Amino acid sequence: MISFSQVRKSYRGGHEALRDLSFNIDDGELVFITGRSGAGKSTLLKLIPAIERPTGGTVLVNGQNIGSMRRPAIPYLRRNLGLVFQDQKLLYDRSVFDNVMLPLAVTGHLHKDAVRRARAALDKVGLLPREKANPITLSGGEQQRLCIARAVVNRPSILLADEPTASLDSASAAEVVEMFRAFNQVGVTVLIATHDEALVERLHPRVLELMQGRLVQ
Amino acid sequence: MNAWLRQHRQIFTQTLVRMAGNPFATVLNVTVIGVALALPLGGYLLLQNLGSVTSQVSRTPEVSLFLAPDAGKADIAALEARLKLTAGVQTVRFISRDQALEDLKRSESMADIVAALQVNPLPDAFVLETRGGAVELDKLQAELRTLPKIAHVQVDSAWVKKLQAVLALGRTAVAILAIVLAFGLVAVTFNTIRLQILTQKEEIELSKLIGATDAFIRRPFFYLGLVQGTLGGLAALAMDYVCMRILNLSILELARLYGSDYRLGFLRPLDCLALLAFAGMLGWLGAYMSVSRHLSAIEPK
Repeated sequence: MISFSQVRKSYRGGHEALRDLSFNIDDGELVFITGRSGAGKSTLLKLIPAIERPTGGTVLVNGQNIGSMRRPAIPYLRRNLGLVFQDQKLLYDRSVFDNVMLPLAVTGHLHKDAVRRARAALDKVGLLPREKANPITLSGGEQQRLCIARAVVNRPSILLADEPTASLDSASAAEVVEMFRAFNQVGVTVLIATHDEALVERLHPRVLELMQGRLVQ
Repeated sequence: MNAWLRQHRQIFTQTLVRMAGNPFATVLNVTVIGVALALPLGGYLLLQNLGSVTSQVSRTPEVSLFLAPDAGKADIAALEARLKLTAGVQTVRFISRDQALEDLKRSESMADIVAALQVNPLPDAFVLETRGGAVELDKLQAELRTLPKIAHVQVDSAWVKKLQAVLALGRTAVAILAIVLAFGLVAVTFNTIRLQILTQKEEIELSKLIGATDAFIRRPFFYLGLVQGTLGGLAALAMDYVCMRILNLSILELARLYGSDYRLGFLRPLDCLALLAFAGMLGWLGAYMSVSRHLSAIEPK
């Protein structure tokens, strides 16, 4: 469960990214966050894994208050979240397989178990045949699928994606969105920030539209 | 516990693989640390060896008083009483000329010469053990010269005291050098780790985002510092060992001329281990300082 109530976020210099934002997302929901660039979509997504802290109001994630969370507790919050970043953050000094292994190393899985899980995640996104490749050799769509595999390998209950289709052609974008839907269907809560109107129209999901940091009703 | 051990082992091997993957930088760093440790260690070894030479010689300087040939029994008794009262004299031992000859006969190289002697050419003598430093000894020597029936005053091992004073100075110098270079070692590690953190910036940032604890992120850098320091220690031991063997080639030659089989000794195995542990610890310290300073700066945005 994700719950925002009267959340404000202002950055140093006075820029107000979010103002008085309140909404609830139940377990297992698929929600799109839309709005123009600068509307506050990324900021909203960054509040959930405590990358940013709210300036005012309360953000609750699985019952935990993000605003008052102590620093040492943050890693354990993040392990329960799958993050797909706008800038991907793939590591090009290692193989596709090792990119997916990183979250499992972080959580300290047994090597044998980790290998099995990493393969399963790569299989789900259709990248198992490319496991030994360097991510730099993958196409844009494949790179994005790799990001998804890395995000889900630890079986998170919540999946957050910031503009996952931004740099993709429409066919790849459809593939990627289909994957998010598949994860949602097995019970994962999925939040996707996007400005891709076509995507929203095709799926008819619940939409939170932001404009200048406020929800558009 | 098991998972914890496994993670440590994993990160240890990962550290070695990473170092092997960048052999040029690794060799360079290890060499720098090695030289920094080899200098004070070499100095220490030389002093240690010189010290062991001098400790074979009596530590308290002895003074030999050779009496004039015409000194009679009464003179000897009077002298003995007088010496026992002299300040700076610890013990007084009388060696008669007959006894001295006997001693000489027992020494192998002299036996033939002694046998060829018609009369005993040796004088009666007192051997004094003294106390006090080099200055007091000089004064005592001057005083003893003025005594009656003394033919010759010989200070046997005054040079030992002087040498030991020089050695003590040397030890201080080596200690200072060691401290300065230990700082150097820490600084080298500090910088290596800083560069390593910079090159792994993306990975660190990502790891934080996917739930890595600070301990997890720090650990590989601690290992890097530790392993690098220990390897530097090994390099220092190797350098000094080779230097010692080379020196020993000439020392053996020299020692043979003096009928001795003296050679420089190396550190005992336990001391070698202690040095490695010390080097590793300094590396760890450098890594610790660097990590504390640089890791917190990498915070995902």
